[in-house]
Amino acid sequence: MVATTENSVATKAVAKGRSPWADARRRFWRNKAAMMGLFILIAVAAFAIFGGWAAQWSNEELDYNVMGQIAELGGPSFANGHYFGTDDLGRDLFARTVQGTQISLAVGVIGAIIACVVGTLYGATAGYFGGRIDGIMMRTVDILMAVPYMFVLILLLVMYGRSITILFVGIGLISWMEMSRIVRGQTLSLKGREYVEAARATGVSAPLIILRHIVPNLAGVIAVYATLLVPLMILTESFISFLGLGVQEPMTSLGALISEGAGTIAYGTTWQLGFPLLFFCLTLFGFFFVGDGLRDALDPKDR
Amino acid sequence: MFTFILKRLAIAIPTLLLLIVISFLLMHSAPGGPFTAERELPPQVLANLNAKYGLDQPLWRQITTYVWGIVAHFDFGPSFVYKDRTVNQIIAQGFPITLTYGLISFAVAVIFGVSLGVAAAIRHNSLLDYIAVGVSIGAQVLPNFVMAPILVLIFTLWLGVLPGGGWQGPEYWIMPVIALSTSFMASIARITRSSMLEVLTSNHIRTARAKGLPERRVILRHALKPALLPVISYLGPAFVAMITGSVVVDIYFSTGGIGKAFVDSALNRDYAVMMGVTILVGALTIFFTLVVDILYGWIDPKIRY
Repeated sequence: MVATTENSVATKAVAKGRSPWADARRRFWRNKAAMMGLFILIAVAAFAIFGGWAAQWSNEELDYNVMGQIAELGGPSFANGHYFGTDDLGRDLFARTVQGTQISLAVGVIGAIIACVVGTLYGATAGYFGGRIDGIMMRTVDILMAVPYMFVLILLLVMYGRSITILFVGIGLISWMEMSRIVRGQTLSLKGREYVEAARATGVSAPLIILRHIVPNLAGVIAVYATLLVPLMILTESFISFLGLGVQEPMTSLGALISEGAGTIAYGTTWQLGFPLLFFCLTLFGFFFVGDGLRDALDPKDR
Repeated sequence: MFTFILKRLAIAIPTLLLLIVISFLLMHSAPGGPFTAERELPPQVLANLNAKYGLDQPLWRQITTYVWGIVAHFDFGPSFVYKDRTVNQIIAQGFPITLTYGLISFAVAVIFGVSLGVAAAIRHNSLLDYIAVGVSIGAQVLPNFVMAPILVLIFTLWLGVLPGGGWQGPEYWIMPVIALSTSFMASIARITRSSMLEVLTSNHIRTARAKGLPERRVILRHALKPALLPVISYLGPAFVAMITGSVVVDIYFSTGGIGKAFVDSALNRDYAVMMGVTILVGALTIFFTLVVDILYGWIDPKIRY
């Protein structure tokens, strides 16, 4: 008796099991590009959250000292507290960039969450039930994929007022289809597993099986595509805001700021384009690198 | 092959009809009618207007009239804002321009993207490969609306070599094409590179090399065709994204394509023009997806739907 206990303790000491998640974590920490992406993302998030305290001006105040002479006096300077310069109206670009980064990150994350929830539930349902239900549901997705979404979203925004809620929800709702396809494919391979069979044999209802047994096992795949969805959401929002159809003043987003900067470069105010553009590119880089790193870590076969 | 095309058509046509009906319902449910103005119109005038534009008919009648107009006569009806112009005239004005720079951009993205991807794959882990990978990662964060102002800044304001906007000759095409094609070229290069790398390690390439075929022939004839399959399936979404991107080009470079008509109509609530453009773009998308599917089936005989 004593001997067997000792024996099992010894085996434990020799071969400490590594869970797949620990493996994935290790792969992720070792990925240099992903670590750089994570670092960039933390920096950008810190800028969005704490940048407001560092700003000497609010995002709405007009600086009458530089007004009318933005090209000469409005440039980035520490002397007058405009770290990133001012925009063409004399508002502090640092504070505006902080605000724009906040909104862009929020749109990206909320949009991605909506897309993930809808896409996962839809795909898991289609995959779990299979057969005719699956056929109808996935054909519907095929048909919906052919709709030019950017145009429909702009149509919606114009018709129902350009509120930020419609923008958030609309961006999320047009992006769930790719997700649903991926989730459906994974569900098809999961639903034949023993534990699903066991759940079904003990009389667990289908919605419960999907939520409790299928979805948690898809967590890795969902995490990867959620991370890769965020930059796409940010791109979509920035695109619409660039056209002047997205967020409205006094709110702003990185896309709206880039649009303003792009409209005024002819007057020699390059910083107005440069700083928003820098944060936009950094954010996208960060998410792409982290997303790729997660994919390599959690889904090593699919490269 | 014939039944395959028929099957795809059987999906494409209802999709298009559905798109038309959905956008019509959207417009119908929008708050405010086309004749809602600051000045209240006399009821008799309003009734006459409604009768002229068929708005006094029941909803199903309006839908069928609209759908039939588009399908049978390619007629999108009158504009709500410009009383003397139809949606067709507005679209016809911008469409050739969009088509011109759109097709050039598409060709540029495919040709340069595939060449760069193949070159990087052949010289795997060389300087060229690293440059190609670097460019394709960098260009991921340079979508059209980021490229456009940067290009204008460099070529118009700093170097002064290219006109910043307008549509009068080939020199006006250069910046729109670069702005529109860069990010797609990067994506195509990345996809080509990775699929080419995979194909180059496969058995049939080893056989071709073992037979003593010249490397050129191995690459162009044996490796390129299978390696292009993922690229072709990317072309569909790329086409949609490019049409969407043309809106930015039209606005920023004042090229005067349909994107301009779309944003203008969005800003002054000309629903008829918005719907017309949306449906046209949707039809193009569906058509292009069909072409890609057929191309795919033709290149890879294993594919059967």
